[in-house]
Amino acid sequence: MIALLEIPLHQAVPYVTAAYTAFFALILIYLAIMAGKLSRIERELGELTELAARRRASGEEPDAP
Amino acid sequence: MYGKRLRALALTTFAALTLTLVLAFFWAPNDANQGFLQKIFYLHVPLAIVTLCGFVYGGVAAIMHLRTRDSRWDMRSYVAIHLSLVFGVGVLVTGSIWAKGSWGVWWDWSEPTLVSFLLIMLLYATYQPLRFAIEDPERQARYASVFAITAGAFVPINFVIVRLSTAYLHPRVLGDISANLPGRFQVVFYLSLISIALLWITLWRYEMTSKHASAQLRALRRLLAGDEDDALPRRSAVPTLSVSVEGGRAGGTPGVGASR
Amino acid sequence: MSAGAPQNRVVLGALLRKELRVELRSFSAVPAMSLFSVTTFVLFHFALQRNALSDDLASGVLWVTLLFAAVLGINRLFVADAEQGGFDGFLLSPADRSVLLYSKALTLLAYLLVLELVAVPAFALLLLGPALWPALPGLLVVLALGDAGIVVIGTLVGALAVRTSVRDLLGPMISLPLLVPVLLCAARAGAPVLGAGGAGALPLRWLVTLALYDLVFGLITFAVFDFLLED
Repeated sequence: MIALLEIPLHQAVPYVTAAYTAFFALILIYLAIMAGKLSRIERELGELTELAARRRASGEEPDAP
Repeated sequence: MYGKRLRALALTTFAALTLTLVLAFFWAPNDANQGFLQKIFYLHVPLAIVTLCGFVYGGVAAIMHLRTRDSRWDMRSYVAIHLSLVFGVGVLVTGSIWAKGSWGVWWDWSEPTLVSFLLIMLLYATYQPLRFAIEDPERQARYASVFAITAGAFVPINFVIVRLSTAYLHPRVLGDISANLPGRFQVVFYLSLISIALLWITLWRYEMTSKHASAQLRALRRLLAGDEDDALPRRSAVPTLSVSVEGGRAGGTPGVGASR
Repeated sequence: MSAGAPQNRVVLGALLRKELRVELRSFSAVPAMSLFSVTTFVLFHFALQRNALSDDLASGVLWVTLLFAAVLGINRLFVADAEQGGFDGFLLSPADRSVLLYSKALTLLAYLLVLELVAVPAFALLLLGPALWPALPGLLVVLALGDAGIVVIGTLVGALAVRTSVRDLLGPMISLPLLVPVLLCAARAGAPVLGAGGAGALPLRWLVTLALYDLVFGLITFAVFDFLLED
């Protein structure tokens, strides 16, 4: 059994800061990974648009089998 | 469409979180016992509650998936579990920091939230390896749902059992921190709970939108590229949504996986 | 719809006899589990550098060993079926699917019982300080409830993990966290029974918790098992 320590303000601040920072960092890392996925979607969309344009230019219908 | 209310949701979340932070640091008084350190509690406990609910929701969505065989439910379950894993890391980290500040040690077996979370995270860490180890998408989704249901049931039960065991074996000198909150503490705590819950929901929708967009992209690719597409079918732990060609909405049949 | 109870019992009997025959022919599970448990006791002796254990330590060491040996058995439970198409044969028959669950659960229980017939005396011989005989009734109760928990979770996880590409890894990884409450309750319940000052009374709270846990997960396993068998 360990008793809770009452620690003075200046000692507590680093811990509180660390906890909140860790939380925000976690969320931001998550968002960064999602952003990576988003840019991959954007890139693929660009490729497919190009592909469709090429198809259209060469006279085929875009959704030919 | 999962992206429809996303912007409003995100703004609300941001407002709620900001309000919570302001109130927590400038309005709520310092705790009589713990002082300033208690402020971590506004982050740690709501994160824990929301994470547990997220895992349970993952189980509920899995039940729906097994009942309806709609791959959308599988995706909802997957994203819920995935997101709760991330939040769970946050619980362990903030809890550990709090323990260090309160008791001088990074880990304490007498803190039931931390202990039960460790166990839950160890269990859910097997979710993605399990999915990845099954190639057939339909079977992958089915087995993952069985896991999510079992694990979802385990979450609350384990929480209670660990609480029982630590209360019995390691009674803490001071009472449970989250109980019996007076006035201002209570307001900020519930506000924080709502904010973190909103954050979870927003991120969940965000990820669902992203996955849905990827699925639609795959369908588009299949339509356009057809014979030319030489992308090799890749094994993936992520559920596949089949997208109907006409409507453009993710459909109900189990995903067929990669392009060819 | 399956026919009435007699047919289920007949099928169950047939399946259990099959399991017995397979195990007797191949000895793929029980000997390894038993040997493993004895070896583990030896390891504990060297790791803890103790000649005799009692109370918490004895109960804990016994249960950890049983758990790890059980995990070996869980791994083996469905392997023969998965590799040799036993599932398909069963699914094509008109038998009720839950009979497969019962047969596998009873088989795992049988593995555990044989394991304990070897492990508990070995434990008493090698590591247990207090005498085994007075502790036996209490210990049997704890073993019964603990076995029920292992069986219920092990059958489910065994079926889940067997048709994945890394079944030997996933089986333990998934089952061990799920078995922690069983371990917790069983070890706590067994501690006073293996007390240095003579066998104490069984703590009811841990037994009740364990029994409830077994019940809840028994129901869950029963509810979801069929979904693992399709296709």
